[in-house]
Amino acid sequence: MSDTTTEDLKRTPLYDLHVECGAKLVPFAGYEMPVQFPAGVMEEHNWTRQHAGLFDVSHMGPCFLSLEEGIGGGDEAHAKIAAMVEELVPSDITSLKPGQARLTVLLNAEGGILDDLIITRPIGDEAQGSLYIVVNGAMKEQDWGIFEKALAGRAVLTRADDRILFALQGPEAVDVMTDFFPGCEELSFMQHMPFELNGTRCIVSRCGYTGEDGFEVLVQPEAGLPLVKEMMTDERVMPIGLGARDSLRLEAGLCLYGHDLDPATSPIEADLGWVIQKRRREAGDFPGAERILRERSEGPARKRVGIKPLERAPAREGTEIFIGDEKVGIVTSGGFGPTVEHPVAMGYVATAHAVTGTEVQLMVRGKARPAVIADLPFVPHNYKR
Amino acid sequence: MTRYTQPTTFFTKEHEWVTVHNDLATVGITHFAENALGDIVFVELPDVGAEFALGDDMAVVESVKAASDVYAPISGKVVEVNIVLTDKPETVNESPTEKGWFCVLQIKDGDEIASLMDEAAYKAFCETL
Repeated sequence: MSDTTTEDLKRTPLYDLHVECGAKLVPFAGYEMPVQFPAGVMEEHNWTRQHAGLFDVSHMGPCFLSLEEGIGGGDEAHAKIAAMVEELVPSDITSLKPGQARLTVLLNAEGGILDDLIITRPIGDEAQGSLYIVVNGAMKEQDWGIFEKALAGRAVLTRADDRILFALQGPEAVDVMTDFFPGCEELSFMQHMPFELNGTRCIVSRCGYTGEDGFEVLVQPEAGLPLVKEMMTDERVMPIGLGARDSLRLEAGLCLYGHDLDPATSPIEADLGWVIQKRRREAGDFPGAERILRERSEGPARKRVGIKPLERAPAREGTEIFIGDEKVGIVTSGGFGPTVEHPVAMGYVATAHAVTGTEVQLMVRGKARPAVIADLPFVPHNYKR
Repeated sequence: MTRYTQPTTFFTKEHEWVTVHNDLATVGITHFAENALGDIVFVELPDVGAEFALGDDMAVVESVKAASDVYAPISGKVVEVNIVLTDKPETVNESPTEKGWFCVLQIKDGDEIASLMDEAAYKAFCETL
């Protein structure tokens, strides 16, 4: 049991609904959040892989970044705001098409990762010159401070974390979503479109963090609460807590900030080099470019890999990885994968050993347990391309 | 003449049960504990022959999300472990107080039993949580 007091914890607009659904609540990223519902982590995980799981992610950091001079103005306005954000991230934001989203990382001057985030270019001409950005809940104060300081006088940041942000994930998510948002089935992975719901605008994006097809919706609480309640009455939909959220993203090989990514780790070490598109690589005009481009050409000292324990004991975060007497790395996320029905882990190992099939030992409570370096993801992604 | 005693079950505040029969004690975790832990995916049992003092880390249960220690509810030496749990850890969820037992201890200090709760006291304790 945790001793953390719940007094200074925030609640999302869906808090009362979680309580009604019988959630077990825990402190997470400054919020009182459901870790599991009565179904339990295993069933919630499996339900999401087979049907549709509903996740409250309102604790995260949705925001809008807009040109100080005003928005609207087509490609030119987009190019301006994109160029500003590109001072902080290594991805090509300029080339985003209207409605397209991209995963990127916020970098420090040494090329270390300060957070991972999704940046979306709006669709309408009247909205060009603004970007929709979602950062991690635990990092939002830091990230927003960085944006505001770096872009002071040039861009305005508007927080949207007083709204409901929820995800519907799983193979049946598209059918459920289409009942509420007709036309959203046309979206491909990492595309979004705006909808009107009871007179308020909401944003529907085809993305998520489970490896399954799915959507995320940003909506005002007054319109969002009845929407979520109605969606929950659909027999294909089950509420999912943080426990299954973690096992789903781990099986999908997706990084958890603060665990698999931190300010000392570069995108190359994290095997996220693909977030740096060609134009940015050639220009080398992002924070820490010298280190990142050197690691890209010469290879990093260590690399993020999948790790499959060969016995039943899970290897948790912090577990040391050995080959014989030599310590070669550390586990940064680990647990049990309900879909693959065996323990799964991710971690960093010296690059020489970051080869699929390499036999390693995991020191779990003083006992060396056999494991192999494994390909990520453990469960194939099921995105709508 | 040999006197036979009925086994008696006691409980700890850490939600372990201890069934005492003569100088042996069978140990497991309660329904309350397995329910709080959720789906159990791994149990690390002690070695037969290992000796524990009251309160020592004796075993580990792992759910999908986290690992939790199981403490020795009394002092003693492990004489038997439930190897079923090695391949079927979910047995602890399915039958915590019967098929899901962890190990049998040879009781070292019978006086420690007196500090454990009986069923009525444990039930009252759980209602305060």
